Amino acid sequence: MKVSLFIPCFIDQFYPQVGISIVQILERLGCEVDYPEGQTCCGQPPFNSGCWDEARSIAEHSLDVFAESEVIVSASGSCGAMMKVFYPELFKGTTRHFDALKLSQKIHEFSDFLVNHLGVRDVGARFDGTATFHDGCHGLRELGIESQPRELLKHVRGLTVVEMKEAKTCCGFGGTFAVKFPSISTAMGEVKCASLLETGANIVVSNDSSCLMQIQGLLDRQGKKIQCLHLAEILART
Amino acid sequence: MTTLARDFQRAAARVTADLRHRGLIQRALHSYEVKRDEFKGRYQNWNEARQSAAEIKWEAINHLDTYLREFITKLEARGTRVHVASTGEQARDYIVSVAQENSVRTIIKSKSMTAEEIDLNEALEHAGCTVIESDLGEFIVQLRHEKPYHLVFPAMHLTRDEISDLFQKELGSEPTNSPEELTMIARQVMRQNYCCADMGISGANFAIAETGMISIAENEGNARLTTSLPKIHIAILGIEKILPRLEDLALFLPMLATAGAGQPLTCYNSLFGGPRQPGEVDGPEQFHVVLLDNHRTELLADVEQRDSLHCIRCGACLNVCPIFKNIGGHSYGTTYQGPIGSVITPHLRGLQNWKHLSSASSLCGACTEACPVGINLHHHLLHNRRNAMHEKTLWWEKILYAGFAFIMRHPSLYRIAGKLGTIFFPLHQLVHGTLLDPLQHWTRTRKFPAPKRETFADYWRKNKSPTEATHGPS
Repeated sequence: MKVSLFIPCFIDQFYPQVGISIVQILERLGCEVDYPEGQTCCGQPPFNSGCWDEARSIAEHSLDVFAESEVIVSASGSCGAMMKVFYPELFKGTTRHFDALKLSQKIHEFSDFLVNHLGVRDVGARFDGTATFHDGCHGLRELGIESQPRELLKHVRGLTVVEMKEAKTCCGFGGTFAVKFPSISTAMGEVKCASLLETGANIVVSNDSSCLMQIQGLLDRQGKKIQCLHLAEILART
Repeated sequence: MTTLARDFQRAAARVTADLRHRGLIQRALHSYEVKRDEFKGRYQNWNEARQSAAEIKWEAINHLDTYLREFITKLEARGTRVHVASTGEQARDYIVSVAQENSVRTIIKSKSMTAEEIDLNEALEHAGCTVIESDLGEFIVQLRHEKPYHLVFPAMHLTRDEISDLFQKELGSEPTNSPEELTMIARQVMRQNYCCADMGISGANFAIAETGMISIAENEGNARLTTSLPKIHIAILGIEKILPRLEDLALFLPMLATAGAGQPLTCYNSLFGGPRQPGEVDGPEQFHVVLLDNHRTELLADVEQRDSLHCIRCGACLNVCPIFKNIGGHSYGTTYQGPIGSVITPHLRGLQNWKHLSSASSLCGACTEACPVGINLHHHLLHNRRNAMHEKTLWWEKILYAGFAFIMRHPSLYRIAGKLGTIFFPLHQLVHGTLLDPLQHWTRTRKFPAPKRETFADYWRKNKSPTEATHGPS
């Protein structure tokens, strides 16, 4: 199967290892991986700030970049949700609405793609440690991804997975919300950190690097020796 | 930033710094969650029940004119005086005039957020009446001269000790932290008030068009006494409270209790269809129903957000909202707190003044998931943000995002911007977390990650370049 990767801008710049891991896993599973060049941002920052015209101009660029792709795998649940759920709304009543609907059907979040489209649960990974999974809200509630990453983690050799009480509670990132309302965002992050610390896990796994940026940022500041890793970084280890 | 937005930021910063307060709210809502899940589990299919409820409210709201007419006609046929108020002022004036015409001095009142919305108590007190809240939580916040903290649990921010201190100070009672004893203290005061009140004011949970009745759900029995002992009963309700049929209550009463309070059903559920009828021995001599619009018809005209009129004020969205749990109810400065308040307050009280509430959300969607009538709450926050920007452009933000969009549409500029980031990052370390830091709103509490010298695009070009020629951009 030929698969196009969507590596959102902040993963490209800050967490390239996530993208590299996804390439390794998909190739190991026999996919032909393609990275349409010229991809940048999904447009979520202006979209969430109410600047829909600016968001639309970025989104149009994405529609062009991925026009030839047959299947797209997103490294982020949040940016994936932007394309899958919000692009059709953003382009409603414009000449690109149909293109947005087409893109929406083609794009899948990484863990959902592995489990529901490739039918894989065991990718042959090995990772020693104790992990707890954090659900990114967009992946969980916009895309309905809940069991997929947990299924994949269950099959990682050497890994113990402990569920945290507040797994489905927002980490407080929320894009520009994190800097527009820093005290609220931090308080929400503190609740998340307290819950994950309770599990005794030494690794926090998520399918969204943006949440992990928030969680790791707080844990580092608290001096906690806990590592945040994207699901793909766990699954790529053998 | 408007004064209201600044007040909100300050209040939120104050509560988020108060770990005791946050702990209190989170523990209270955790107990609620356990009970809610237990009773949700008794439904054959909770999500199908939500879907049915959403469809019934859709039917009611999209045919509001028809159902309101039916409701009013049926009520009037049994001697109820129905007053339709376009504004809060009209509703206040009507209720004050009824009080004055009947020489009312003392008013007993059961819980009504609609009355809070129009500051009814203040208007009645200004006209010389004494208003006493009979709902225990409302009575407590009234004694503290505070607004309700939560639209269902008005005094949830107070501990038993704080309530005991309040009762000692205001009612001269003995100290106790037993909930039963505290309730008995309030009850003794309240029983006197029911007997001497000249008028009872209530809200309503539902308005049944088919039978012309209002439905009140409560746990303390105070609404029954409030509405049946005084010789005048006035019920005030928003026009969106309509349900088409009596049988709809079979779904809505349990859903309201389960979603809102983690109960299978509220303890007392009453229907009111008119004043005392000939041959009846009790009930009020006069029954007035005040139907309040107060910008609801404008919301009705907004196709995109019309479903926010489905709201049954159960409070489920507040109970699951991580923002509410960390900033508490008073920080909002609104009648309706939490996600539903952030959605509708801009419509009820002005978009530009209240748009900050729509921005103060991580858009996690827990509210939408919890809403028993399927309101797309967190997407409406996005719609409010878009409408606010459209109505009055914030130029600095618009220019910032125009620049951002320009870079993102030009991959070569995006790459250059990324490289500049890696160059400036070591310099940023010198001011990281200080007042000179341009990223201080992030770095004051969180570490900022380092951008990588080799981006994913670099990796791809270096390692996977043979495929590049065949899969370039279109």
